[in-house]
Order: sequence, then C-alpha cells, then structure tokens
Amino acid sequence: MDKEYVGFSALPSQLHRKSVKKGFDFTLMVAGESGLGKSTLINSLFLTNLYEDRQVPEASARLTQTLTIERRSVEIEEGGIKVKLTLVDTPGFGDAVDCSDCWLPVVRYVEEQFEQYLRDESGLNRKNIQDSRVHCCLYFISPFGRGLRPLDVAFLRAMHEKVNIIPVIGKADVLMPKETQALKQKIRDQLKEEQINIYQFPECDSDEDEEFKRQDAEMKGRIPFAVVGSCEVVREGGTTRPVRGRCYSWGTVEVENPHHCDFLNLRRMLVQTHLQDLKEVTHDLLYEGYRARCLQSLARPGARDRASRSKLSRQSTTEIPLPLLPLAETEKLIREKDEELRRMQEMLEKMQAQMQQSQVPGEQSDTL
Amino acid sequence: MSKGLPETRTDAAMSELVPEPRPKPAVPMKPVSINSNLLGYIGIDTIIEQMRKKTMKTGFDFNIMVVGQSGLGKSTLVNTLFKSQVSRKAASWNREEKIPKTVEIKAIGHVIEEGGVKMKLTVIDTPGFGDQINNENCWEPIEKYINEQYEKFLKEEVNIARKKRIPDTRVHCCLYFISPTGHSLRPLDLEFMKHLSKVVNIIPVIAKADTMTLEEKSEFKQRVRKELEVNGIEFYPQKEFDEDLEDKTENDKIRQESMPFAVVGSDKEYQVNGKRVLGRKTPWGIIEVENLNHCEFALLRDFVIRTHLQDLKEVTHNIHYETYRAKRLNDNGGLPPGEGLLGTVLPPVPATPCPSAE
Repeated sequence: MDKEYVGFSALPSQLHRKSVKKGFDFTLMVAGESGLGKSTLINSLFLTNLYEDRQVPEASARLTQTLTIERRSVEIEEGGIKVKLTLVDTPGFGDAVDCSDCWLPVVRYVEEQFEQYLRDESGLNRKNIQDSRVHCCLYFISPFGRGLRPLDVAFLRAMHEKVNIIPVIGKADVLMPKETQALKQKIRDQLKEEQINIYQFPECDSDEDEEFKRQDAEMKGRIPFAVVGSCEVVREGGTTRPVRGRCYSWGTVEVENPHHCDFLNLRRMLVQTHLQDLKEVTHDLLYEGYRARCLQSLARPGARDRASRSKLSRQSTTEIPLPLLPLAETEKLIREKDEELRRMQEMLEKMQAQMQQSQVPGEQSDTL
Repeated sequence: MSKGLPETRTDAAMSELVPEPRPKPAVPMKPVSINSNLLGYIGIDTIIEQMRKKTMKTGFDFNIMVVGQSGLGKSTLVNTLFKSQVSRKAASWNREEKIPKTVEIKAIGHVIEEGGVKMKLTVIDTPGFGDQINNENCWEPIEKYINEQYEKFLKEEVNIARKKRIPDTRVHCCLYFISPTGHSLRPLDLEFMKHLSKVVNIIPVIAKADTMTLEEKSEFKQRVRKELEVNGIEFYPQKEFDEDLEDKTENDKIRQESMPFAVVGSDKEYQVNGKRVLGRKTPWGIIEVENLNHCEFALLRDFVIRTHLQDLKEVTHNIHYETYRAKRLNDNGGLPPGEGLLGTVLPPVPATPCPSAE
C-alpha cells in the first residue's frame, strides 16, 4: 500500500504554507455617493479604523470639487495569516450638481492598474510584480431612492467589464423588511434590464450536503446585500450581551444579526470564502479581457497571422510589444533594462573572478 | 343689564380653545379689562368671533410645495401631515416608473375639513428634481412656476373688474427635503435654497430621519444650520420678518434649536401599548411618527399647521408677492402689467394684509 501512496495529496497544504509565508494582498474599491455609510462599513468589515482622521468637506467646498482617487493600506493579521489590504476610495463621486462623466477618473484608474500590470508582466524582472489591480468594487446604492439612479447605472455600465462589482445597499436600517425586499427586487430587475454583469458568486461544490447548498442559495438570493455598519459596541437596548450596533430610541440595530441586516452575509462571502476567487476572476477574466483588447488594438495588420491573433493566448509570448507606450518611451525602457542586464552580468563576472581567486587550486568552480 | 352674561360668553369661547397651543391671530386670552370703568359692554370683542365664523364658512386656501430627490418620503410625509391621501405616492415598487427627464410640476388640489373649517389644500409636487446625472439649474422650472403664480395673482389684482375673492395659487410654503447623509448639505441643496429662499418660504426638513441616532441627528442639524447661515440662506421663519419681541423669541428658539425638523412619515398603523399609532415596524422596534422621542414630525406639524399657517400665508402675500410686484412694476416703468389696463395709471394697491377670509 505504501507503494501506491505518491504523496501529492499534500500539495494543498504546501501551497497553503507558501501563501502564508508570502502573505496575501487584496485591493478593494468602495464607490458611491457620500453619506451612505461606506467608511463605517469598511471599518466594521475589517475591524480597523482606517478613516479616523478623515475630514468631510462642507457642501460649499464640494461645489467645485472634482473626483479624487485615494488609496489607504493596512496590514491585518489573523490566525497567522497576514493580509495587506489596500482600499481605494472615491471621494467626491456623485456629489456635484453636474455629475456628468464623474465616473471617468475611476475607470481610468482601474485601467491604469491593468496597464501597469501588463507592462510589468511583459518586462524582464517579474519576480516582484506589485499587483495593484482592483480585485473588487463595493458599489453603494442609496436606500433613500427607488432603485438604481441614472448615475448608478452609468457607473455600473462603465465598470462592470473591468472590475468585480458587488452592489450593496447602504444604511439599510432605514428600511422596513418589506421595503428592503422590494428595493432588492427592483435593483435586480434594473440590473438585468441594463445588462449589467455583477460579480457572480461561484456555485458550491456538488459534493456539499443539501443543507449547505440551501444556505448558499439563500445567501445568494439576498444580493444586493442590505448592510448596516457600526464600530460602536452597545450594551443596552434589550441585548443580552455587548454587540456592535446602532442605538435608537425605538430599539437597537445589531450589525451582526442576520434578521437585522446582511452584514454577516457580506462579510462571509467577501472575506471568508471568496477573497481568493475575486482575485482569480480579476486575473483570469477581467485582466485577460483587457489584455486581449489592448494587444488586438496594437497589432499591426499583416504583421502576424490574423487567425492566430484572434485567439491570443498566454503561450504566444515570444514577441509581445510593450503596449500603450509611445515609441520613445519603449526604447527608453529597453535601454534601461539593457543597462540593468549589463550591470548584472558585470557583477556575475566579478563574483566568478573572486571565486576563482579564493578557490583551492584543482577544484572546479560551479558556474553561479 | 347683568355683567354676568358677556363674561360667560367670553369664557365659553376661551374654554373651547384652551387645549390647543396659542394660535395666531389671537383669540383673547384674558378678558378685556380696560373698560372696567364703563358701565356697559359694547361687544366689539365679538368681531373675532364673527371673523372666525366667516372663515369657517368660506374656508381658506393653502398651497404647499414639496421639493427633494425621489424616494425621500415627500408624498408620505404630506399624507401624514394632513392625515389623508392628498398626495398620490409616486411609486409602488412594482409599477413601471421612469424618472422624468426634466423637473415636472404637478399640482393636485383637495378639500379637507376639520372642526367645521374647510381647507382647500393644494400639494405641488416636483418629480425629477435632483435625480439626473446633471442637475444644473434644475430649480429653474420651480422658480418659474412660483413666479407664474405671482404673475397670475398680480394680473387679477390689477384687473378693473376684480373677482371678489382672488383665487390664491401662490406657493405659501416650500418643504425642502434634505437627504440624511449625516455629513452636511449637498451642493445641490445649497444651490436650490440660495436661489429660492428669496422667492418663497422654504422650510428645510431632514427626511427619513430614522436613519440617524440622537447624537448623529443633533450633530447633523447643527452642521446644516451653520452651513445655511454661512451661505446667507434665510429659511422660514426669516429673522427680518419677526414682528415683535414675542415673535422673535418664539421664532429664535425654533430657528436655533428645532430646525431643520428631522422627520419620519408613515401611513401604516401599528399597535403600541394598546394604542394604534402611525409608525414603521422594523425587527428591532417600532418607530412612532408622533412620538417626540422618536422624531420631530409632531413639531413640524404643529409648526406648519397649528401655529404658523396664517403667518406663512401673510409672509407670502406681504413680502414675497410684494417684492415680485414691485419688481414687475419697476420693470414696466411704474405701470402695472397685463391686459385689462388701457394704459391708465392706477393708484398703487395698498399693502394691507388680506383678511383670512379672502
């Protein structure tokens, strides 16, 4: 029996050990009008205080404000696993009186990250590629409206093929249960009508038991998630133990109570089970789509066989031009890389010479 | 002639009104004592009673406009205010509703009656406000509508053969709904109120206030008040129109502490402590609309309907309408505008407050 035991079933744990050592990074974007509880939710999800020193500008200051992209990073450790979480924020979105095209800077940002990754990937030193691509975008929908507003539709249409979108309804404690259901259905209908592809949580494995499948289906039925965030622990209001929540005169909303809001579902599906899948979809689907579009638009007619070009695969990497750079820039990059190569070669030769000198005569030196 | 009779009459009039907060114009709260030296009773204090009777017979007009993004609960609030379905709720969830491309003005009139008094209430809705991606100048249709009503009234007034009672379609009160973001006003809110506070009485309200805890509410209100002040926006009751010290102290308190009112509206009733109350039922509790610990709906209702209704109309007529009229006359070189004129210069219309039975 030992002969039949090869041992590669230990591969998953090897991978696991490696990724634990390497650490894990994840880039999350939050978008939506101001005042929908985005910052509070992020703080609640990751139990951090990322937005502690934030200043919210007054309305008169926002009259002429344009949209900015802000990045914040935090390292979270739990159970020996380190996660470097980068949050991309879009303050100013949807605030101005005239919001035409206000989503363009966001689209440009996401594409720039893809472009950067493409460049790095096609470059020479690929060991330490920094992945700054946006893996997931939490889009906040207002609970005060009647579904998606024109601005929401415009943003989602511009972004759905470029980033994984998870729509959430912010400040959901303003809604009664029936209103929440109605709003969710309206949003689902609108998403279908406008043909917007949000992130699809993958099917659970067929060998899971019925109960798990039922729970999974029920959770998926709750999308878009209606969330409430809070970083305050409340003890009063009829709760038997301290919980995170919001204390009103008429009762206390418990953030982690599944009957009160979908916070637990969001946290489970986003953080606990699908973090890796989000990264994979970003890489395998969205990034590949961008790459294919990008390279197709660059390819000169007649330079390569059209048929093979139409099926650009990762195998045909023999002569990838550095995309989207003007010729001068490309040349400069090539020169820089050549320089680096030459320096490395020089160092190598020096080290070889040193080794030969210090070597006991008679022994062969291995090439380094 | 016994002195007992007239005093009983006054007492009877008073006791009917004691449970209400003091309404304006005043019904005498203390018996007239200046004529204590006279041996007789003249009876001029009954003029108030006569006016009251006349008002009850003719009824009065009130036009209220609601402005705000869709979904902020405008129609529900108006229905709650007047305890009747005066505003057709623009959306049941399953109805196909398209946001209009430009701001529409929809005026719907109802006659409601209470205690023998008839009120012709007109609710003016403004669907499409603030809902587009580009909301530049979306207040212009609203400003245009308000000015058109002033123009209509002006034309009637300068007519040679005037109607006995000019139909009053002027907007007496504009409820502006602020979205409860918890941060501050939005640029659109500032722009709207800047443009319209000089033309109509604006009462800002914070919509769907059940999304904020007590601390968040008071912080938000403070910030909003400060922003309005910094930007020179005078909402109703305007400081410059306080008539006397009594008004000023009362209105100061409202301006600096209560406004903008943080409201919640509902047309559903639930059982709470054995009573049926209007409210919203959530898994964590029932929000009672008329409970002052929960929201300030009752304050808004008392303010608009029970204490300041007449004042709203008076300020509209004496101040906003007169401003419009003066501007029109000036533009026209001192001549009133409109047809029925034949180029004659009419004496200026005296600026007396219209009695409530107009």
